[in-house]
Amino acid sequence: MTASPELVQLLTPEGERVEHPDYDIELTAEEVRSLYRDLVLVRRVDLEAVSLQRQGELGIWASLLGQEAAQIGSGRAMAETDMAFPTYREHGVAWCRGVDPLYLLGLFRGVHNGGWDPYEHNFGLYTIVIGAQTLHAVGYAMGVQRDGAETATIVYFGDGATSQGDVNESFIWASVTNAPVVFFCQNNQWAISEPLEKQTRIPLYKRASGFGFPGVRVDGNDVFACLAVTRKALADARAGQGPTLVEAFTYRMGAHTTSDDPTRYRMAAELEAWKLKDPIERVKAYLFKNQLADQAFFDKVDEEADQLGRDTRRRCLELPDPEPVAIFENVYSGPHATLEEERDQYASYLAGFAE
Amino acid sequence: MAELTYRAAVAHGIAQEMARDERVVLVGEDVAGAGGVFKTTVGLLDRFGPNRVIDTPIAEQAILGAAMGAAMTGLRPVAEIMFSDFFAVCWDLVANEMAKTRYMTDGQVSLPLVVKTGNGGGLRFGAQHSQSVENWAMAVPGLKVVTPSTPRDVVGLMAAAVRCDDPVLFFEHKGLYAMKGEVPDGEVVDELGTAVVRRTGADATILALGLMVPRALAAADELAARGIDAEVIDVRSLVPLDTRTILASVAKTGHLFTVEENPRLLGWGAEIASIVADEGFWTLDGPIQRITTPHIPLPAADSLEDLVLPSADRIAATVEKSLQT
Repeated sequence: MTASPELVQLLTPEGERVEHPDYDIELTAEEVRSLYRDLVLVRRVDLEAVSLQRQGELGIWASLLGQEAAQIGSGRAMAETDMAFPTYREHGVAWCRGVDPLYLLGLFRGVHNGGWDPYEHNFGLYTIVIGAQTLHAVGYAMGVQRDGAETATIVYFGDGATSQGDVNESFIWASVTNAPVVFFCQNNQWAISEPLEKQTRIPLYKRASGFGFPGVRVDGNDVFACLAVTRKALADARAGQGPTLVEAFTYRMGAHTTSDDPTRYRMAAELEAWKLKDPIERVKAYLFKNQLADQAFFDKVDEEADQLGRDTRRRCLELPDPEPVAIFENVYSGPHATLEEERDQYASYLAGFAE
Repeated sequence: MAELTYRAAVAHGIAQEMARDERVVLVGEDVAGAGGVFKTTVGLLDRFGPNRVIDTPIAEQAILGAAMGAAMTGLRPVAEIMFSDFFAVCWDLVANEMAKTRYMTDGQVSLPLVVKTGNGGGLRFGAQHSQSVENWAMAVPGLKVVTPSTPRDVVGLMAAAVRCDDPVLFFEHKGLYAMKGEVPDGEVVDELGTAVVRRTGADATILALGLMVPRALAAADELAARGIDAEVIDVRSLVPLDTRTILASVAKTGHLFTVEENPRLLGWGAEIASIVADEGFWTLDGPIQRITTPHIPLPAADSLEDLVLPSADRIAATVEKSLQT
């Protein structure tokens, strides 16, 4: 994967800055160090979550390993008032939106259903059903369009989701309504065990032209390029120019979820090849080569990451178990006679076990 | 007081809410210029404009998904699924998304939206355009489910549905669109979760919904001629369910009959029969009987469709026979 007219890349896997005729980005040294820090921290939280799952403390976890640049780049491109609709793997975007990772862990620990306030963070609930959130995003975009607000919506989905009816319907709707929405597809090459060629015979970003809006493929392991391309797409949306499909070309370096074993269906050599394009290593190389950071900085970030991992683990284990009768809450907006009756019956049933 | 058809009452009810609250928008296939394929939205485009009365692509998942997203911006969408049978192509949005969003955000996201739909048989539309699927909706926690049987109830329940902060599935009965009835002047607002006693009687309780309400009333007239005084209750709201009105009636008459257009297995009457057997068992003087469409897809031929949907004659005969034994 090298820079080409088809692929927007601003930072090579070796950490060299390259020019692109349509996209550029000016970043201060401080901004690059901040991007690096985010990449390292979200990878560390992700690793801790995988470990917690392996130790039986989480029910399941969908690792973002390898997709940090796509998520941090696009997440940092958002304006505060922009709204994001995630899948279940957008831990890096959640980080950028100020969502405490503890909420994500609590969701997969089963002690609550998510818990963050989507409006406080402008970050929707994790959507497990593949592709459904693309429709929510378009509806949200049509809503803010009517408000006349300069707000863009960004919706995350994967390569597998592009085969879903929902996603294609959302493309059509966004197109004909000129909705201010950015379709951010993280093409991580694998839909559980199905490789990309099971979903498409043309590059995904080219599908956009058939729906009547621009599509662009960006190096999804290049945080600079992801930031620049998403920033432009969001700005276009806010300026009334309608939707853009961004295909972030990346790689799922881990399993689909902790319930999956990718060694059963893909070659180790493929993973090794992608490791050479690691999203974090290239930023580190860039910072080093250009003397924008010293070893002390990298050590400090690593230390911070370890501390975050330890804190995340401790706080996860300290999460209180919900009261069993809490399962009857929030089914409806107000009192509901049937539910109240069932809750009372359940409570008295449970009370029967008391000494 | 004006006499309106059931179909005109739908537009009237939506217009009442759109005029009151600018956050109310209408989305669906053919709802704008065409005024709806069942003419239930005639005049709304002219009155409220294309920004609030929106024709959509032919994409049911998107109608509901976008209505959900729009509701998250503070709008109160009324979305139309043309035939309730088409819920089968967008059920993910109904059952997994809109029904569970409040719960899965720990109460932080409300979806104040209404999905209106043409439900039921009697119009010879065949197996895929005639179903009564309100029992599908009843099975999903998080949804509210109503079915009006009169023009007045269309307006009042539509207002209640629009003003409700939960997703409400609003089942219009296609077989009732031409029916006429009085609608009071001024604002009409009803209450979700309330049944209505349409006819009082001492000998038997007949529960009905939608098109089955006028049939149950006709059956009650037949029964009256044979000396049986039947009470007819229009259930109207399946979720929440007005069990108090139902149990009080059964306590009085001692006999319960449900008249359901849905196919037999797990129809809404089965749930009510279970509740009455549980909570009203000692008030019963005979077995609970369900009068339903058989467990078959609906035929398109008029004679066959008439044969399988519960008719006034079948209702009356079933009640009479049951009370005689």
